[in-house]
Amino acid sequence: MMRLPWFEYRAPRSVAEAARILAGEGPGAMLVAGGTDLLPNMKRRHQSPSTLVALRGVDELKAVANGAGLQLGAGLTLTEVVDTPAVRERYTGLWQAAAQVATPHLRNMGTLGGNVCLDTRCTYYNQSYEWRKAIDFCLKKDGETCWVATASKRCVAVSSTDTAPALIALDAKARLASVGGTREIAIADLYRNDGIDFLARKPEELLSAILLPEANGWRSCYWKLRRRGSFDFPVLGVAAAAKLAADGTVEAARIALGAVASRPFLVPKAGEALVGRKLDDAAIGEVAGAVASRAKPMDNADMNLYWRKEVVSAFTTYALRELRGDDMRAERLRTARQALAA
Amino acid sequence: MSGADKKFDVVGKARRRVDGRGKVVGQLRFADDLVLPRMLHCKLLRSPHPHAVVESVDVSRAEGHPGVHLVLTGEAFPVPYGIMPVSLDEHPLARERVRYVGDPVAAVVAKDEQSATEAIELIAVRYRPLPTIASPEEALANPEARIHDYGEQGNIHRNQAYEFGDVEGALAASDLVFEDLFFYEGNTHLPMEQQASLASVEGDGKLLLQSSTQNPHYLHRQLARVLQMPASQIRVIATPNGGGFGGKCDPGNHEFVVCKAALVLGRPVKISLTREEVFYQHRGRHPVLMKFRTGVSKDGKLTAMHLQTLLDGGAYGSHGPASTFYTGVLTPVTYQLPRFKFEACRVFTNKPACGPKRGHGTPQPRFGQEVQLDKIADKLDLDPAELRLGMVTEPGSLTASWLRVGTTGLAACIRSVVERSDWKAKHRKLPLGRGVGLACSTYMCGAGVAIYWNKMPHSAVQLLLDRSGQVTVYSGATEIGQGSDDVLAGLIAEALGIDTDAVRCITGDTGITPIDLGSYSSRVTIMMGNAALQAAGRVRDQLAAAAAEALDTLPERVVFSQGRVFAVDDAGKAMSFVEAVALAEAKFGTLSAVGSYTPPKPPGKYKGAGVGPSPAYSFSACVVETEVDPATGWIHVPKIWIAHDIGRALNPVLAKGQVIGGVYMGLGEALMEEQAFRRLPPKLSDALVHRNPSMLDYKSLTALDMPEVDVTLIEDPDPNCPYGAKEVGQGPLLPVMPALANAVYDAVGVRVDEVPVTPDKVLRALERKAKGEAARVGPEAFPEVPYPSPTFVLPPWENGDGDELKGADGKPVRRERRVATA
Ligand SMILES: Cc1cc2nc3c(=O)[nH]c(=O)nc-3n(C[C@H](O)[C@H](O)[C@H](O)COP(=O)(O)OP(=O)(O)OC[C@H]3O[C@@H](n4cnc5c(N)ncnc54)[C@H](O)[C@@H]3O)c2cc1C
Ligand code: SF4
Repeated sequence: MMRLPWFEYRAPRSVAEAARILAGEGPGAMLVAGGTDLLPNMKRRHQSPSTLVALRGVDELKAVANGAGLQLGAGLTLTEVVDTPAVRERYTGLWQAAAQVATPHLRNMGTLGGNVCLDTRCTYYNQSYEWRKAIDFCLKKDGETCWVATASKRCVAVSSTDTAPALIALDAKARLASVGGTREIAIADLYRNDGIDFLARKPEELLSAILLPEANGWRSCYWKLRRRGSFDFPVLGVAAAAKLAADGTVEAARIALGAVASRPFLVPKAGEALVGRKLDDAAIGEVAGAVASRAKPMDNADMNLYWRKEVVSAFTTYALRELRGDDMRAERLRTARQALAA
Repeated sequence: MSGADKKFDVVGKARRRVDGRGKVVGQLRFADDLVLPRMLHCKLLRSPHPHAVVESVDVSRAEGHPGVHLVLTGEAFPVPYGIMPVSLDEHPLARERVRYVGDPVAAVVAKDEQSATEAIELIAVRYRPLPTIASPEEALANPEARIHDYGEQGNIHRNQAYEFGDVEGALAASDLVFEDLFFYEGNTHLPMEQQASLASVEGDGKLLLQSSTQNPHYLHRQLARVLQMPASQIRVIATPNGGGFGGKCDPGNHEFVVCKAALVLGRPVKISLTREEVFYQHRGRHPVLMKFRTGVSKDGKLTAMHLQTLLDGGAYGSHGPASTFYTGVLTPVTYQLPRFKFEACRVFTNKPACGPKRGHGTPQPRFGQEVQLDKIADKLDLDPAELRLGMVTEPGSLTASWLRVGTTGLAACIRSVVERSDWKAKHRKLPLGRGVGLACSTYMCGAGVAIYWNKMPHSAVQLLLDRSGQVTVYSGATEIGQGSDDVLAGLIAEALGIDTDAVRCITGDTGITPIDLGSYSSRVTIMMGNAALQAAGRVRDQLAAAAAEALDTLPERVVFSQGRVFAVDDAGKAMSFVEAVALAEAKFGTLSAVGSYTPPKPPGKYKGAGVGPSPAYSFSACVVETEVDPATGWIHVPKIWIAHDIGRALNPVLAKGQVIGGVYMGLGEALMEEQAFRRLPPKLSDALVHRNPSMLDYKSLTALDMPEVDVTLIEDPDPNCPYGAKEVGQGPLLPVMPALANAVYDAVGVRVDEVPVTPDKVLRALERKAKGEAARVGPEAFPEVPYPSPTFVLPPWENGDGDELKGADGKPVRRERRVATA
């Protein structure tokens, strides 16, 4: 079995206590929620924190609050998120994204907060220490060269979280807590396009909740591309949300992409181009093309890189057709192997 | 032994397998579950270089690490090993060379795994890197740096050529000649159970190794060799395997290491490989490049075939000499082929060694052959099913290469899948984006020749009965999940007219069970089964003699059924099985019998004729349906129909499970499985690493990706097999890959002449088609391979005698000379 390195284990009971420990321990400490990302990474020596601050015992992080919108505690497991009726009914995109993360077992352990803060991934990086030694390591950890782009000074490891693009399309906010208090930022602003320094979270901050705005007539969906119907990280995520008038005219729309850069990101022009139009094939085709041009996949994830780029427009089309109201279950079954009808 | 007319009590009935309960409740103990008092733990240090000279190994810091008991290096193992006597090219720990990233160099034994893991990082190894040989093309082009100092020449491990009849002549006379290149990417077994081994010295001072192995017998021999101990001082127990598929056939480095450590320390030593290490142990499917030149007549009959293969063997010999043969020897078994030429070459590269995986060497040429037949049918405008039905081999016939085809249900298999899948209504008739493809295959029911030359039985069974009515059966056969214990219990129960409940199986233990060569080449049901029936027949004779006296009838008239023993013509004259055993024990003394099995002598006599013959062959036919999205190339498989000629299904649930498991593995290979490697830019690095050594990144189908499978078992009992039962463990995998590729063609009109068939390849082929280029993705060229001139053998129908042509001097006449003098 692969073994964990030694570490100190702390189990705070409140957000305030967790924040105090983080502030006290400094950058040597790391938060652990479900541990489904961090612990395998620690076994491979990607991270060797001296202290783990466990969030499992912090009940506040499990809160779900309805109000204007929906507030989801960062400590909810993905299974709990999927089983929250309000998510399924009003924030379909998030529901579809969370339901497609990893496998049932991993969703039972993995949390929403951990998913949002997921480490970036790369096939040269997500390997054991011994394996990485055989390539003399790489820029992201212990080495000097980026093997994906040898001329690059920047790590281009790929953002692989499924929920983040959905949350961006839904215009969600992240609440960050520290000993200094709390702040709320647009979820899109939590990310940087840098495979190493990919989060704008300060080391002493923890993510306490995700705030979703009032659904207010918006509909949303998430299309994930991966090789198999379960288990795999995304190699493309297309999240779309739109507010349609009674006659189907788009009043507002947001389209976000995941797994094609070191961060999930909004494609603002795509959403804007739809406003005032109906979601007919022509409009969808145009926008799908525009979205596809923004995808810059690298050769550091599963499946052929050029092909991944080629199918962005098809997946964007699926997403927009689903928003239009087409019955996409057959297509879902072919690609995702589950119907995911909310 | 066919028993075709017998009415069965146990055989043919769907039963819960005898080891099912233990598995389901978690009672079965795999090697990793074993714990002994004072047990120590072992970890291996593995090479970070693909190819290097080991200049020095300094273990002093590791030896001083707290909790460490022993550090071993290559010095402890002067004697090499290898599964095949012609390829003894491995050492448990590298001596002067490492040949792939992951090659074991040193071992630490410590009080726990954590301490051992820490200590291996303290071992200082000085390496002098050598040039990396990454591909067969590089191996052929670079005789230096030579990976091994043996083999044919340079980096060629094996090189061979056979010609059965004048192939060029026949091709020249053919109406059409099809020339096609195919590539089959390597892939691995991916058993759920990672290898684990526990070595200990028993109270009597003898060595005991409990290990997840498919071949305890061969391992036993190699242990004796490497440890330089008499085999009688060593006992190997094959623990129940959580899947093998060929990956646990070779002796593993770790097995020797823990044995040595246990002997040195006098304490139990255990090792459990990580998943990544299992990928390095590998011995999986060889990547094979193939070239087929096939002649056909206008009415769709084969005239001749010239097959060339090039195998990427990886860093060691493993089963390679056999694998090389298997990329061609079964090719002529399915369809009538008047002449056949087969050239094969296996090269060494700096990657984990390839070896046997389910279907051993035959899925690759089967893929090429069946896809090429689809192309032939297309060109001749014939139905691919009819084309095949028109040329299936006859029962009992010989192939051009002198293999004896026994019973064959291939035609019945084809008809079955054609009907059940509604083939005629679908093929070439479904709308764009939907298609069906068909392919067939064959597999051996056990290799006719053992891995090392000997004249002894391949399998033996011993039975022990006592007055309690208990029947204990001892067999060296190894349960790897395929159900061999259940087959054994079922056959004995049937022969003695009792329930499987009354049979206790003790298997896979070289210390107490008689020989069985191992769970490979689909040999167990046939060979162990025939041995078991012989043993059972012998005790049944004793029981019948004793019972006849009491029942006042003749022994021949005594019937055994459902736990009762009675006179055939007077059911009133009856006793229980237990009573019969007691009478026989009183009459004859303790009841015990042995049975053994040696396969028949193969008809071919030429050098090399020993690979391919089998007591019987199974056959399969498969139809795959696909939905292929022309916009993305995405492939969806809604349903698969398969028919398998099993001779007789001893336990139909188990048999169907094997068929579905084979389809599962075949579809995974067809669509995604790849043991692929990354070569870093050679200017910057020598590195050559496994791309995806984890369960997450090595892609195999999940339950959600698995389509519905419609299984038909074709039962035509084979007289060479126990109650007629042929193999089912490997055959049903074989037709899936070509059937899938053919279905993709039927759906969107493009050929992917390469496995795996992935959406990007489909899309690329569609783009080529749209541009008016060849609607195909696949290998473009076959490199110059210095094949030897062929051994020439005349086919049976050209007055051949099964031997190679020899000159007056008694030496084989190579083809060239024959032509020159003709
Ligand atoms: C086989 C496998 C497949 C997977 N497939 C997918 C997939 O398809 N899609 C996908 O998105 N993910 C996938 N994952 C990753 C992971 O399981 C999920 O993203 C999961 O949601 C992570 O949550 P966690 O609670 O386990 O995170 P942890 O492992 O506990 O933490 C992950 C990271 O987030 C940080 N963190 C955790 N909570 C907080 C917080 N409240 N505030 C600040 N930082 C925090 C941790 O410090 C750590 O850096 C997969 C993982 C595995 C092992
Ligand atoms: S993108 Fe480059 S630097 Fe980043 S993890 Fe991959 S190889 Fe390393």
